[in-house]
Amino acid sequence: MKKYLLSGAAVAATLSPVAAYAQTEINFWHAFTGRLGELVAEQVEQFNASQSDYVVVQSHKGNYSETLNAGIAAFRAGEQPHVLMVFEVGTATMMAAEGAVRPVYEVMAESGAEFDPDAYIGAVKGYYTTTDGDMLSLPFNSSTPVLWVNRDAFEAAGVDPDMDLSTWEQVGEALDALKAGGEDCPLVTAWQSWIHLENFSAYHNVPFATRDNGFAGLDTELTFNGPAQIAHLTAMQEWAQDGKFIYTGRRNEGGANFRAGECALFTESSAGYAGISAEAEFDFDVRPLPYWEAVASEPQNTIIGGASLWVMEGHDAEEYRGVGEFLSFLSSTDIQAAWHQNTGYLPITAAAGEATRASGFYDENPGTDVAVIQMTANEPTANSKGLRLGSFDQIRGIIDEELEAIWSGDKSPQEAMDSAVERGNGLLRRFEQANR
Amino acid sequence: MPLLLIAPQVLISAVFFFYPAAQAIWQSLFIPDPFGLSAQFVGLGNFEFLLSDRFYRASFVTTAVFSVLVTLCSMVPALFLAVVADRLIKGSGLYRTLLIWPYAVAPAVAGVLWMFMFNTRVGVVSWYLGQLGYDWNHVLNDGEAMGLVVIASAWGRISYNFLFFFAALQSVPRSVIEAAAIDGAHFWRRFFGIVLPLITPTAFFLLVVNVVYAFFETFGVIHTITSGGPQQATTILVYKVFSDGFVGQDLGSSSAQSVILLLVVGLLTVIQFKYVEKRVHY
Repeated sequence: MKKYLLSGAAVAATLSPVAAYAQTEINFWHAFTGRLGELVAEQVEQFNASQSDYVVVQSHKGNYSETLNAGIAAFRAGEQPHVLMVFEVGTATMMAAEGAVRPVYEVMAESGAEFDPDAYIGAVKGYYTTTDGDMLSLPFNSSTPVLWVNRDAFEAAGVDPDMDLSTWEQVGEALDALKAGGEDCPLVTAWQSWIHLENFSAYHNVPFATRDNGFAGLDTELTFNGPAQIAHLTAMQEWAQDGKFIYTGRRNEGGANFRAGECALFTESSAGYAGISAEAEFDFDVRPLPYWEAVASEPQNTIIGGASLWVMEGHDAEEYRGVGEFLSFLSSTDIQAAWHQNTGYLPITAAAGEATRASGFYDENPGTDVAVIQMTANEPTANSKGLRLGSFDQIRGIIDEELEAIWSGDKSPQEAMDSAVERGNGLLRRFEQANR
Repeated sequence: MPLLLIAPQVLISAVFFFYPAAQAIWQSLFIPDPFGLSAQFVGLGNFEFLLSDRFYRASFVTTAVFSVLVTLCSMVPALFLAVVADRLIKGSGLYRTLLIWPYAVAPAVAGVLWMFMFNTRVGVVSWYLGQLGYDWNHVLNDGEAMGLVVIASAWGRISYNFLFFFAALQSVPRSVIEAAAIDGAHFWRRFFGIVLPLITPTAFFLLVVNVVYAFFETFGVIHTITSGGPQQATTILVYKVFSDGFVGQDLGSSSAQSVILLLVVGLLTVIQFKYVEKRVHY
């Protein structure tokens, strides 16, 4: 009952500025709706109830791109929020915006809030950290692609659902067998560029772009038209033409097909867990993302997708202290462990991962730790630390277009990727020029 | 006094048209960073970058095809429906109301509606097509994607055009038609010989309005159905302005594109008034 009263009071404080008169207000803009939106709101309520100096006001500003745009437009109008959620693709844009963002390590140092950069998982932290080791934004929701298996579909096609699917060679055999067994949709994917190019490159330890995938400077050039990527796309193209890989769209449209039980295999983010576990009326497995044995003897690590929290410039010192407290609260072990278990996003701190393991969650929900293991198995290399490319949202659009040309058979993988690299480099040069 | 009377209109044009247009021209000479913290003067660099991009050049053709199809698909059925409704003696009011309904649906909503009907997985229409042995997949097939965005864009416009055509048909003097009928001209002869020439002013007005609609107001439909894909098969000029500016944060290129678009539409309007209007009988 007491808890209800507290959260009720927090809601009232959030809704009426008068009640929040004595408290410092902190605005937090995010991109979550539905279940994720509710979970974020809960976290904010908990924070507001946990102390009386600050009140965080959370608002939903549309999808990832729209939220970033809202933040940028607000900054131009001098109305920026304190904390803005930016998806990983927008990272380079934010990093280049000196004078618009205040690095998280500075905010934390000034606020005196509890903050230990080493508590965060390396592969997650690396994405948002400068080459000097300064953390610029706070990792919030991070996921990584895994392979989802519809066990019922395997059985219906007369294929052993327990077969080893750790390499693409094995997946290729499974696709043949599934197709021969009458499966109409053996493989479907979400986020094709993120999974089949960006993560593919990191996982096989080949560069996606020069200059450490853009981490070392703005003068980076795309290199995803290398032999490893082309070999993968050539196989995918053959599967697409034989009806073994079904293309459904640029985002996560394939999720609907998989959740409805229409497809046997699905490459999708580990964060697909919330939706799949809620909707799937079939037995499913989570497996590590496959790799090509012919390309790498063992997989490196995959990289993350998701978003981080950026602190915007232009507010009072007192408000930044509140921001520091809030970010520190979000990184705390209990909050992170609950977030990880509820959503399938990765635990961003090692402690949250351990707490989840200790609670027995992984034993009760087999497969939920696959993503964590896949990301943390190896120390990230220059090729697998992440990507830091300007205009990356647009570059992904170009990659999507060229991949569509491959799936439809209009272009060979080499032609399509050469063209994507050339077009993408044009945008990188513009970004370099804009941020010189 | 005359100056005072036109002042509001001039003021509105200045604030909502000339000022933003001037801003666009000015911004098209720079590559700014998204936050507006700095800007690099590049002269005509943005235009050079655009015109050297073969996909941008291809977008002109896409836009032309799209606009012609949308205009045709929204005007011809509208005229046909208007002619049919005009011949009705009873119940024409009901038909009229029903035919005007789709106009009340916003373009983005119309886009979502059509997208669901043709969705490759749950779409009703694509399911029936599948039953007929046709494998509908607008996420990979350019032609199908173009067809779908054209239909979705034209659909709501049919109502608007219908309304104007219907009004125009009502104002055609009955005596002229009756005279022709007495002379033995059958229905279609009367239609092409008398009615159509008499409603050309309306048709011309609708042509201009529909071309402007196809150019500027259809990006909601495209955004919801195809996002410009597959490849760039449905990326029309104005959609690229939107996606580069508001998704890609490349305001310099986006401004340069809107300047080019401004020129294209200006040119088109001149052509329409200079050549097409000659064939209009007021």
